[in-house]
Amino acid sequence: MKKETIAAIATAMSDSGIGIIRISGPEAFLIADRIFKRKKGKPLCEEKANTIHYGFICDGDEKLDEVLVIIMKAPHSYTAEDTVEIDCHGGVLMMKKILELVIRNGARAADPGEFTKRAFLNGRIDLSQAEAVMDVIQAKNEYALKSSVSQLRGSISKKMRELRAEILYEMAYIESALDDPEHISLDGYREKLAVLTEDWLKKIGHLLSTADKGKVMKEGIRTVILGKPNAGKSSLMNVLVGEERAIVTEIAGTTRDTLEEHIYLNGISLNVVDTAGIRETKDVVEQIGVSRARDAAKDADLIIYVVDGSCPLDENDAEIMDFIRDKKAVVLLNKSDLLMVVSAEELRERSGHKVIPVSAKEELGIEALEDEIKNMFYQGQISFNDEIYLTNIRHKEALEQAKTSLDMVRESIRNGMPEDFYSIDLMDAYTQLGTIIGEEVGEDLVNEIFSRFCMGK
Amino acid sequence: MPYLEESYDIVVVGAGHAGCEAALACARLGLETIMFTVSVDSIALMPCNPNIGGSSKGHLVRELDALGGEMGKNIDKTFIQSKMLNESKGPAVHSLRAQADKQDYTRHMRQTLENTDHLTIRQAEVSELIVEENVIKGVKTFSGAVYRAKAVVLATGTYLKARCIYGDVSNPTGPNGLQAANHLTDSLKANGIEMFRFKTGTPARVDKRSIDFSKMEEQKGDDRIVPFSFSTDPDTVQKEQVSCWLTYTNEETHKIIRENLDRSPLFSGAIEGTGPRYCPSIEDKVVKFPDKNRHQVFVEPEGLYTNEMYLGGMSSSLPEDVQYAMYRTVPGLEHVKIVRNAYAIEYDCINSLELKPTLEFKKISGCFSGGQFNGSSGYEEAAVQGFMAGINAAMKVLGREQIVLDRSQAYIGVLIDDLVTKENHEPYRMMTSRAEYRLLLRQDNADLRLRKIGYEIGLVSEEDYQKTVKKEQQIKEEIQRLNKTNIGANGKVQKFLESHGSTPLKTGATLAELVRRPELDYFMLTEIDDKRPELQFDIQEQVNINIKYEGYIRRQMQQVAQFKKMEGKKLPEHFDYGTVKSLRREAVQKLNQLQPVSVGQASRISGVSPADISVLLVHLEQMRQQRSRSDRD
Repeated sequence: MKKETIAAIATAMSDSGIGIIRISGPEAFLIADRIFKRKKGKPLCEEKANTIHYGFICDGDEKLDEVLVIIMKAPHSYTAEDTVEIDCHGGVLMMKKILELVIRNGARAADPGEFTKRAFLNGRIDLSQAEAVMDVIQAKNEYALKSSVSQLRGSISKKMRELRAEILYEMAYIESALDDPEHISLDGYREKLAVLTEDWLKKIGHLLSTADKGKVMKEGIRTVILGKPNAGKSSLMNVLVGEERAIVTEIAGTTRDTLEEHIYLNGISLNVVDTAGIRETKDVVEQIGVSRARDAAKDADLIIYVVDGSCPLDENDAEIMDFIRDKKAVVLLNKSDLLMVVSAEELRERSGHKVIPVSAKEELGIEALEDEIKNMFYQGQISFNDEIYLTNIRHKEALEQAKTSLDMVRESIRNGMPEDFYSIDLMDAYTQLGTIIGEEVGEDLVNEIFSRFCMGK
Repeated sequence: MPYLEESYDIVVVGAGHAGCEAALACARLGLETIMFTVSVDSIALMPCNPNIGGSSKGHLVRELDALGGEMGKNIDKTFIQSKMLNESKGPAVHSLRAQADKQDYTRHMRQTLENTDHLTIRQAEVSELIVEENVIKGVKTFSGAVYRAKAVVLATGTYLKARCIYGDVSNPTGPNGLQAANHLTDSLKANGIEMFRFKTGTPARVDKRSIDFSKMEEQKGDDRIVPFSFSTDPDTVQKEQVSCWLTYTNEETHKIIRENLDRSPLFSGAIEGTGPRYCPSIEDKVVKFPDKNRHQVFVEPEGLYTNEMYLGGMSSSLPEDVQYAMYRTVPGLEHVKIVRNAYAIEYDCINSLELKPTLEFKKISGCFSGGQFNGSSGYEEAAVQGFMAGINAAMKVLGREQIVLDRSQAYIGVLIDDLVTKENHEPYRMMTSRAEYRLLLRQDNADLRLRKIGYEIGLVSEEDYQKTVKKEQQIKEEIQRLNKTNIGANGKVQKFLESHGSTPLKTGATLAELVRRPELDYFMLTEIDDKRPELQFDIQEQVNINIKYEGYIRRQMQQVAQFKKMEGKKLPEHFDYGTVKSLRREAVQKLNQLQPVSVGQASRISGVSPADISVLLVHLEQMRQQRSRSDRD
């Protein structure tokens, strides 16, 4: 069995000049050749190892980006497999476009931690690092899963569940009829399933066509702003989103009533979760209880804790500081334009995090905050957001595969294949859709058969 | 000192469908084998439905036969009606089912056992396992006799602490009023084996003379009978068949059941065991599916020399008077006379996670088990497990390699893998939907899949094996011929295509391409295929299936290749997964409990995530590197 070729974005997902897409596996050169065009030159596999080539990434006739392509030959690469790295400079959107193109041309989106895993399994990483490798795999998976489940937009996960439930029911129906042909008949079933399949294909097609516009999953560093009422959270938010340097989009979830602000800060994408009232205007008094904020902050990648420096700290502050102690957080000492009764040293000691004096009102210290977030990001303290991008691409891939499987069901029905053939492809579609919402198949089918259909002697 | 002590190679406890296969396999491999039963008259008893096979169970019987088991041969000798189910559907779900003459079935199996060399039959209740330092040494009977053995196969079926229940009547017996085995459970528990309590049930048997068949639909057998066994000559089984009958329950039946639910031991709580969902009692069906205004009732003969008829679909544990009342609402059963009441039966069985994929106990070396004792249900499921437990016990005694069939080789593999890998809270029944590679695991190719393995074990004769080898060769040659033979767009061909509603040819095509057309098949092409060799029907069938469904089969074979990769990665025995950093706690707990044999098996354990599997792979590689490093040092 041949090893699959995998691909992912290898650099941080920020709008920072150059980004790298890495392809690794036996078909790396072949896949790259399909999309890499240059004036002259032989296929990449015939080029010398460790060489750099200039050209364009093309989707058919359309030139996507001007790139440099680096080729490394097995076993002299990070994964010890044939590897191609595409250096592009079109920013986040372009990196994703190219990655999707690579996947369409035969690669598979890498699993979380898969490059590292392959590097180890192929003997490229020293034995002493094995445990670190395992940590990376587990952490990245956990993160991907967590973001899959918690950040999947409500409407999409609901649609996915409905679709799966429908497919599961039909599979169970077919299986029950096969298992107990004397009790359950399949007469006229083909026509019924044909109609359903068309409907499912339409729904998946719709999800796919909107996948680029509003991503399946919200991308960016999940950020929560915490603080007591009147600490200045709203002002801070307004400063962050109101200025020219920030680009704002609104994404309203349909089943959960949360609002989010999507902000690019120096090219880093932040996903600021509005914990009930962050977006409300200055005249409305915010009423966030500590417990409610805690819920929102639990899954956050980054917490921005705003303290009103003109008021003494109370037990609410103590509780928040306790809670954020072992999380990634920045503390803002706000209202530095007023008379301060809280000192930065005290705060730093009690919270265990870096403290930045700001005045949201006067817009002072905001740059220091941006620099801090940027530092944390580039130093890898809050680095996981690339998994979300990847997860989005995996989701899209899963949708495509589910579509292919349902196309096969349609084909089987048209060709008059017997009913038991349908359930094989239905199961594939069901499994693929499950990966998007983080659900495994397990005993679903058997349970559905027993709970829905009356069988047996 | 025990007053009696004997020594055998193998002890088999139980003489049901599992016990019989286990004992025959061991004795036929030349091992001195003793088989215990609480009643010699109940050997290979069919205490519930009077048939063998059916959807996916038919697959099991054919696989068992291909490996050298007895069930297929025995039903071929004793069936009174035969049917291929799902014939209008795909070849993967065709399934053979035969009505048995129950007494005949028992008698023939007993005859076979009694005339097998190296096999001793003994009527006695085994009450204790003799285990020394986690190794089985033999068994002790209730009377105190000791039988030493190198390996033991447990196949006690539904007899452990069995209790039969209907209404408020509860009898401490096995099926059919047979003596229960009340002591072995304690011995198993003392050895640290976790026990479950399961439940199943059976409908009433009624007097044929009290049935009005004119109100029922007749269900006949097939015109052309296909035998179960690959060794049976099809011509020898074409015979006169007996009919089954179909009738239905109605609102009146359901009303009586609903009004008397409070008298059912299932609903009153008198029954504690977990029943199977696929074989619900009629009261279960009425409660669970209130929208259905009728349920099917199959009236099936129990044999040629008895008037007893089995009321399939109406198992129950309601009181006797309610049974009478509800049965008599069914058309044709208005004046029915009950010979034996319907009843539910409760019994002890093990948590099958106690077993390795070889069906050997993890905690007791040399002790194997099969059948309902393992938490399965059904004669066929029991027989295949008994067989696998038997041969692995024999292999162990003979110092040969254990035999494990995987999920891509056989339904038997799926069944056993499910039992030893997944948590099972009800009697387990085989279903085609459980087999992920079912397009490859067809009942028609069980011999091609498994004859060789049976031959290597030593339970398939040279003659039978050579038959399969020849068949394989002929199939291959014929497929090659069809792929190579081009057929021109001549008048005869066009006329043939037209007459079957198939598009005429523009240029030539191979015969294989024509077989693949939805509206055509291999058999139809005889008309335009002048050079076709004379081939047996089963060979033609293989050729047709392999060409027609080639695309699907190829896809499944790719999936199998993927699957085999993970099955091939073995995990160490008695391994403490707590030492693997980064495994999640739930995974550690499950893996420690189950001790899977391969990464593949580990990946099927609920609670073990794909990330855990990645971590395991990295850990295995780490261990390998450490080993090779210390080898170098």
